[in-house]
Amino acid sequence: MKITMLGLTPSRQLLSHWRCLQQCRSFRTENTARSAALDSVLSAFRSICGEDGISLGEAVREQHGKDESVHRCCPPDVVVFPHCVEEVSALAKVCHNHHLPIIPFGTGTGLEGGVGALKGGVCFSLRNMDQVLDLHQEDFDVTVEPGVTRKALNAYLRETGLWFPVDPGADASLCGMAATSASGTNAVRYGTMRENVLNLEVVLADGTIIHTAGKGRRPRKTSAGYNLTNLFVGSEGTLGIITKSTLRLYGIPEAMVSAVCSFPSVQAAVDSTVQVLQAGVPIARIEFLDEVMIDACNRFSSLSYPVTPTLFLEFHGSERSVEEQVNLTEDITQSNGGSDFQWARDAETRNSLWKARHDAWYAALALRPGCKAYSTDVCVPLSRLPQIIVETKEDLMENRLTGPIAGHVGDGNFHCLMVVDPSDPEEQHRVHLFTERLARRALAMDGTCTGEHGVGLGKRALLCEEVGHTAINVMQGLKDALDPKNLMNPGKVLQPREP
Amino acid sequence: MSGRVLVGVKRVIDYAVKIRVKPDNSSVVTDGVKHSMNPFCEIAVEEAVKLKEKKLIKEVVAVSCGPQQAQETIRTALAMGADRGIHVEVTGKDYETLGPLQVSKIMAALAKKEDAQLVILGKQAIDDDCNQTGQMTAALLDWPQGTFASEVSFDGDKIKVVREIDGGLETIKIKTPAVVTADLRLNTPRYATLPNIMKAKKKKIANVKPADLGVDLTSRLEVVRVDEPPQRQAGVKVETVDDLVGKLKEAGTV
Repeated sequence: MKITMLGLTPSRQLLSHWRCLQQCRSFRTENTARSAALDSVLSAFRSICGEDGISLGEAVREQHGKDESVHRCCPPDVVVFPHCVEEVSALAKVCHNHHLPIIPFGTGTGLEGGVGALKGGVCFSLRNMDQVLDLHQEDFDVTVEPGVTRKALNAYLRETGLWFPVDPGADASLCGMAATSASGTNAVRYGTMRENVLNLEVVLADGTIIHTAGKGRRPRKTSAGYNLTNLFVGSEGTLGIITKSTLRLYGIPEAMVSAVCSFPSVQAAVDSTVQVLQAGVPIARIEFLDEVMIDACNRFSSLSYPVTPTLFLEFHGSERSVEEQVNLTEDITQSNGGSDFQWARDAETRNSLWKARHDAWYAALALRPGCKAYSTDVCVPLSRLPQIIVETKEDLMENRLTGPIAGHVGDGNFHCLMVVDPSDPEEQHRVHLFTERLARRALAMDGTCTGEHGVGLGKRALLCEEVGHTAINVMQGLKDALDPKNLMNPGKVLQPREP
Repeated sequence: MSGRVLVGVKRVIDYAVKIRVKPDNSSVVTDGVKHSMNPFCEIAVEEAVKLKEKKLIKEVVAVSCGPQQAQETIRTALAMGADRGIHVEVTGKDYETLGPLQVSKIMAALAKKEDAQLVILGKQAIDDDCNQTGQMTAALLDWPQGTFASEVSFDGDKIKVVREIDGGLETIKIKTPAVVTADLRLNTPRYATLPNIMKAKKKKIANVKPADLGVDLTSRLEVVRVDEPPQRQAGVKVETVDDLVGKLKEAGTV
């Protein structure tokens, strides 16, 4: 939400609020020096990407200053719409010469405030670069530009039998997903972006264009040099602008079967998860919903699942292998007290089984109309999952917070969908403290404060706690090497240094 | 009844592609442009495959008319579950002028030749939006037709078709053999899985020429000119209602 509000009195909170607003009111109330610098570059921008390649309109800037998080909108001073990497590079050079912050923008569907232009500057909206390039079916790889979203890519691939399985909730830009190291419900079997990006074309702060694995290269594995590709994956626009991603594709499996199972307790559900994985079942999706979430889903989607911790499962493979997987899993769930095991093979029944999980976000919001939702994102080793979920639920109840839980338990990752009244600062404060406690609880269990959403604006302090001072210094060193002027998405991931 | 279903599949420019008109305004640019199966044809194939999975019919035959590349479209249908394909070879000028009249003659001839119980087509193609082939095919065969189908079921020796019409839904029962055209809500087509694409390579695609079917491809239509839609003009803001009325009068709309 904003800069940390720990232990502040109401009047200090207000002051803090106001300071943040001031920070965000870019060129009107900010220094005129920067405004003058901006005017002199506008014509340079126009000559690079054309008259309709740049926008100063308030509505456009506001649209490009926010994402789907609860962070306040911080509009940039100008939005540019380059058409190709050469334009991106030329624009970056201009920004570099004039010390203007550069904020890359994909689909604006991030959840951690990553696109807010805290210091104003230039938003690079990459939506015009929307081509799918270089599909190699037999090699299972494809290269895409930042304007291609994951659903658009899978629609493009539909006649090839291939798909890109990483599926965060939003229909996000694939290059944006690379920038935030996104993940989805399929990660337990197919991995996250870290495992599925083979190469990146990146424009650095000074306009230099690099190919992290070498131009056009796409071997399935390599041990050549420093792993630059994965340096940029998850860098959230702070090290460079991703203009192409080469992605690993998978074959669409012959059969998909979905199943639902209810459990008497969180422990039973998570124990089943651990045992299913230990049994070697190559499960594709294993999603957990707690009883608060299931209740919300029942109401929202007019379903009648038992109101108790529930697992949603999906199995991929050949017809026979899927049947074997389902049988093995059913045995495991039964031995843990699981009941009401339903499964479905055909697309329509599968979709209706999954409807509850897909509508979770909206179902949570519907619990308290007029409220906003914020999703936590911790991830811990599997063995600690029962404990952290149980402790978190106790915390929610003690603090009278609405936080239905849904999660990718196969990865040890879960989300509390915090439903908060935006007009109640006291509740917001309680939520904020809760999320910090949750993050620290996860860190204490050898986990991470962010499994898939990224650090963005709100978790910078937690990142320091997570990786430690020395690692942060190394990160800062890399940042200084690649972006000495700190123009790339300033204020994200790494905290500003002590002056 | 033979239990055989004929499904027509057309290769068109992919729905996600930005269409460009050639500089000479003769047609749209197709070279190097991504093509795929017409979305309504995908729905038609899906319906046929579903009927076979329910064991209501025995065999699905996918048909496409066009040059060599039409075989790719047939292969997609095979990967979705069709049993075999028929490629009716049409190339060059004949292909440029190929339209619903010629295709329906071909489909009718094949329906007779293959002793089809049912012909399922997409309601229209997204390149020409003609919405005529199904209807013409039924007329040539003197078969009943259930067009704009959003639901198809078997009812004894008849087929019950729920049709999407302007006023809502119309339910009809038609005798077989019949022609059905698929509308958007009939089903959600499956994506071809990789193993099925591999298996489809082994399925047979027969090669046929229109002349073998006794079909004359001469077109009665001539495309005179193709233009892009007019560029959207910027709007004009006015200060008062009088200004607004004045502008509308100027434009002759009031």
